[in-house]
Amino acid sequence: MIRYIIRRVLYAVPLLLGVNILTFLLFFVVNTPDDMARMHLGQKHVTQEAVEGWKHERGYDLPLFWNEKAEGADKATRTIFYQKSVGLFLFRFGRSDSGREIGADIQQRMWPSLAIAVPSLLMGLLVHISLALLLVFFRLTYLELWGIALCVVLMSVSFLFYIIGGQYLIGKLLQLTPISGYDGGINAARFLILPLIISVIAGVGSGVRWYRTLFLEEVEKDYVRTARAKGLSEPRVLFGHVLKNAMIPILTGVVVVLPLLFTGSLITESFFAIPGLGSYTIDAISQQDFAIVRAMVFLGSALYILGLLLTDLSYTLVDPRVRLG
Amino acid sequence: MNAASDALHAKAQPETATALLSVSDLHVSFRQSAELIPAVSGVSFHIDKGETFALVGESGSGKSVTALSVLRLLPHNGRITGGRVNLGSTDLFGLPEYAMSAIRGLRIGIIFQDPMSSLNPVMTVGRQIGEALRLQRGLQGKASRTRALELLDHVGLPNPQRHLDEYPHQLSGGMRQRVMIAIALAGEPDLLIADEPTTALDVTIQAQILELLERLKRESGMALWLITHDLGIVAELADRVAVMRAGKIVEQSGSERFFEKPEHPYSRELFTAMPRLDACLNRPETQGSEPLLVVEDFKIHYPIKQGIFQRTVDYVRAVDGVSFSVAQGETLALVGESGCGKTTLGKGILNLIENSGGRVRFDGSDITELDGEERRKRYAEMQIVFQDPYSSMNPRMVVGDIIEEGLRALHPAMTETERRERVEDLLQGVGLPKEARLRYPHEFSGGQRQRICIARALAVDPKLIVCDEPTSALDVSVQAQILRLLRDLRDRRHLSYLFITHDLAVVAELADRVAVMHRGKIVEMGVTRQVLFEPAHPYTRRLLQAVPKLRLSKASASPR
Amino acid sequence: MLKLLWTDILFFILLAGFVVLIVRARGREHLRRPWRKVARSRSAVVSLVILLAYLFIAVLDSIHFHPRNQGENGKSQYQAEVISVLDSWMTPIRTRVEKTYSAPFSSYAYAKEMIRQPDGSQLWDYPRLQYGSAHLADPEHEKTADILATGMKGLGEGGLIWLLSASLVIVWRSRHDRIGLAESLKRIALGRTEIPWRAVLLTLFLILGCSGMLGELGLRYHVLGTDKVGEDVFYQSLKSVRTGLLIGTLTTFATLPLALGLGILAGYFRGWVDDVIQYLYTTLNSIPGVLLIAAAMLIMQVYMARHEDEFASLALRADFRLLFLCLILGMTSWTGLCRLLRAETLKLREMEYVQAARALGVRQGVILMRHILPNVFHLVLISVALDFSSLVLAEAVLSYVNIGVDPTMESWGNMINGARLEMARDPVVWWSLAAAFLFMFNLVLAANLFADAVRDAFDPRRAE
Repeated sequence: MIRYIIRRVLYAVPLLLGVNILTFLLFFVVNTPDDMARMHLGQKHVTQEAVEGWKHERGYDLPLFWNEKAEGADKATRTIFYQKSVGLFLFRFGRSDSGREIGADIQQRMWPSLAIAVPSLLMGLLVHISLALLLVFFRLTYLELWGIALCVVLMSVSFLFYIIGGQYLIGKLLQLTPISGYDGGINAARFLILPLIISVIAGVGSGVRWYRTLFLEEVEKDYVRTARAKGLSEPRVLFGHVLKNAMIPILTGVVVVLPLLFTGSLITESFFAIPGLGSYTIDAISQQDFAIVRAMVFLGSALYILGLLLTDLSYTLVDPRVRLG
Repeated sequence: MNAASDALHAKAQPETATALLSVSDLHVSFRQSAELIPAVSGVSFHIDKGETFALVGESGSGKSVTALSVLRLLPHNGRITGGRVNLGSTDLFGLPEYAMSAIRGLRIGIIFQDPMSSLNPVMTVGRQIGEALRLQRGLQGKASRTRALELLDHVGLPNPQRHLDEYPHQLSGGMRQRVMIAIALAGEPDLLIADEPTTALDVTIQAQILELLERLKRESGMALWLITHDLGIVAELADRVAVMRAGKIVEQSGSERFFEKPEHPYSRELFTAMPRLDACLNRPETQGSEPLLVVEDFKIHYPIKQGIFQRTVDYVRAVDGVSFSVAQGETLALVGESGCGKTTLGKGILNLIENSGGRVRFDGSDITELDGEERRKRYAEMQIVFQDPYSSMNPRMVVGDIIEEGLRALHPAMTETERRERVEDLLQGVGLPKEARLRYPHEFSGGQRQRICIARALAVDPKLIVCDEPTSALDVSVQAQILRLLRDLRDRRHLSYLFITHDLAVVAELADRVAVMHRGKIVEMGVTRQVLFEPAHPYTRRLLQAVPKLRLSKASASPR
Repeated sequence: MLKLLWTDILFFILLAGFVVLIVRARGREHLRRPWRKVARSRSAVVSLVILLAYLFIAVLDSIHFHPRNQGENGKSQYQAEVISVLDSWMTPIRTRVEKTYSAPFSSYAYAKEMIRQPDGSQLWDYPRLQYGSAHLADPEHEKTADILATGMKGLGEGGLIWLLSASLVIVWRSRHDRIGLAESLKRIALGRTEIPWRAVLLTLFLILGCSGMLGELGLRYHVLGTDKVGEDVFYQSLKSVRTGLLIGTLTTFATLPLALGLGILAGYFRGWVDDVIQYLYTTLNSIPGVLLIAAAMLIMQVYMARHEDEFASLALRADFRLLFLCLILGMTSWTGLCRLLRAETLKLREMEYVQAARALGVRQGVILMRHILPNVFHLVLISVALDFSSLVLAEAVLSYVNIGVDPTMESWGNMINGARLEMARDPVVWWSLAAAFLFMFNLVLAANLFADAVRDAFDPRRAE
């Protein structure tokens, strides 16, 4: 078991390396630091001095990969690649283009992201799985037909409309909760209810359909017939047998997104003015702050790879066929 | 608890009729894209207390559907459109759904064909038995566990303590079927339905399970409803027999009378179609000719990798140093149970699986040493026909294209007309009409598809055909036709066959020589008559013992 | 003078490819069968009609040209700007730009301003719109009647076209099924045909009728109101159709070759090829999609800034940005399909008919083309159909984050974005949002229903 974990972690290293190199190429090779400086400082009216100054402030005045002019080991280390990218591995994110410490920002902003993402996930799972089980229980009835039709309709509405509609309806008309904003500590709950409800409802369409497909696949299998032949009632069959087997793909599907909860939902945070990592990224994109975007890309990738690792692990833990194979 | 007490109450009522189960005029249909397709059309029979009733039929006859209808366990597109089923004095079709819980498992138990898929893969054996015990007997906790162990012991599972906490995939096929039987017996039902209980099992295990069923029935006085296509099994176990065909029962009588003199032409057809072991006694011996295929010390080993860096620690010896030869015009049968390596060997000789050592000499030259074009052409002189007629053809190609594929690859100079003529010849040669070349595989039956596969193999004029269980997935009557076709083709074209099978009676019908395989090695090889009637190796003897007596000879009278 | 933009050319190539596929499918029974099944589903054909309506608009909007006008010296010359056939057709609506917001069918602007009265004094009130209901002398009383009358006229026009189409259908079916005209009419009217023609014709009537009404009314009113700069919202919504459709379809140019090629190669050859390809798509997949798109768009902006002279006109800039967005979306979404194809190829490789082909001496390449490819194609089809709606939805989200299409390009995302910022106003400016919602919802719902029908028909597990 430990050996399996070690093997998977070893495989993750070249992946991270690959991500790092890819992002580096994307950011620095397609557009040179000169271009970036010019774009930030305005196009026509910049002097070369200003460009050099901008680059020097941010450490972009070094060669990309290999420094001829330096001595010894510095040939490799006094380069943009080493300074900017290798540091990421050690989670040294450096400074943003506007001068703030990225690492500190991340640490502070990840809590609000989690505060909205984790309850959404859990509530979503609960609601969607229950509704899906309900649809499966009422198979081949009109209730199921209308249920599926409703799911398709709900799925066809853009997430943005749910947010806007929800904010307008509940925030403005009924005035039940604040439209947006955030507060520290326990007061946060007031601000989180609306985004929570909206993300659960917005996900009903696709979520229920997805889980329903999983359940239907299991319901067709032979062991369900054996369970019925034992005299089990239909609800017992669904909960005791079908759900248990379907939990394997469900669980592994959940595990894969767990690490990404940290980065938060960009849209939700933005619309509801929640100061999480998602809105952090969006602001960086609109301000064209390369340093932050780079850091978030790396963080996101690292977390995704962690998610893959956890998925494999959970398979071995949850599925006895893999564990005791 | 309510279900259990209700059922006990139901048992206490005096039986007004002697029949335990009586089925009258049952009609069942399936809904398929807005059409109602009948599966059972007016079936009537009865099963008495304590007797073994056999419902015999080929695939599609509706025998399994009948059993599922009695328990109202049809799939969601199945409809019971008429008839009555009485269990004692209870009308089963009149009961509401929740009342069926008191019948299923408690009064009627059922075991299915494939124990691997019929058991929940993520629940331990103990929990699955415990579930039945809790529902039907009201047992929980320690009492439940004790009873479960008793049941496992009763069904002959060795080491029940250990297996109780294991998962189904950790047990062998035979053990899983025993567990299924234990679950079915947990409620101590009056009637046990066994739907093809041994079809998915190896031949030696098959015999054990049948023995077990017989013993259990004797000891508890429960009735056994056996559903099968194998007349051999029926002969060993049944008191009464009913033959089903296309949704109707064509003949029903006591077992002795049935086997002495079957009345209905279909029943007689089933009898004559069965291959028998004594078929090899009357055939003339083929003269020795030069060996066409010589296999020397052939090995196929799969590496087992472990550890952080996945180092190879050991090998699975699927084929472990096998040597044999096949002469021109000769048929060598390769016999063994599942997992012995016979299919791997067959595919390995054709280079469809990488080998780990050994030589293959074909028509004089060593083909394992060849390369490129030469290799492609030589290997094409050996062809293969697979077991599953459904997955051995590309569903998106028409039959004509399927058959001429080899021609296009090896004889690119042929014109389209020449190819078409050849395809039509081949189709007629295997007993299919010329127009078949324009249709898709799914429009044909299993037997017809095998004919197409044979035509495909013949298209490139091979000298040897590896037949990998070509008739195992077919009904017995179709099987006889295909075997006849293979014999004709062999005689007409002077073909050699490497015939892979697990069925010794089929070997007797077709093969000149037999090689018995066990765990990757050939344990006995010789002339068919000798191996089958004077077996030397203990494994061969075990295989022969498992053959139902009915298959021994055509002259076999009353089997009990 | 025709001037097709890059996106236009690619779009037409794609459509042509589609037509070729359809023609080839007609000759193959194993492809005709599932499509016949799709054709029998009522929801599928209704969705198809709606999708074709959207397609019609998108095609009209993709034929760009330089409009001609009379120069001063009497010779006709081409203007510098580039407009599409749709633009040209909708010129009356396109050019009637108000000053600022106005509600649907309104005669007055949204905001009060100082109106100079005929007698010289100034009044602080809602001004009459320059174009909307400008023909009415007394809007309060005349409007309802005028709307009804114009609406009826439009309905009539649409109805006439519909009658023509319906007759064509009836004649065609009567020829095809070799029955009399009366019999064909009866069958279609009672809904007894195999393909649900009645549903098709009803939907067509709805579409043509609405188009007729909106068309006539649009000439006199702003049927969906105007936006902040006074542009007719109805016109904007129609223009956004092309954007949405292009994003849903052009991405396949980037996705298909990568997913198909790499997926099949990885599954068939396994070994190191498989390892490399798996490494490739895992690495790509681990970069969060939105961030990758954002990074790519940033890079594109820097590139465009650097090569400013190549992007002379606004239309060219917006077009390039759209094209780039499609390609980037394609490059970030090929991994899902690739994984599916790889898994399916791994399974197919072990199929006995592939082994039989090898025994028959068929070469690897031929096996890939004749056995593997046709048997994974249904996955490609299902994937493309399912992805279409998520791509259209994604555009809206991306525009919100400013990494979508150019803000000057009409798209539902931009409409929502613009409207959202104004929601704080009182009374609420709801019509842009509503229009975007309606048009987008219709398209996505139709696409989803159609994709479902395609999946049900092509999924081999649900076959016969």
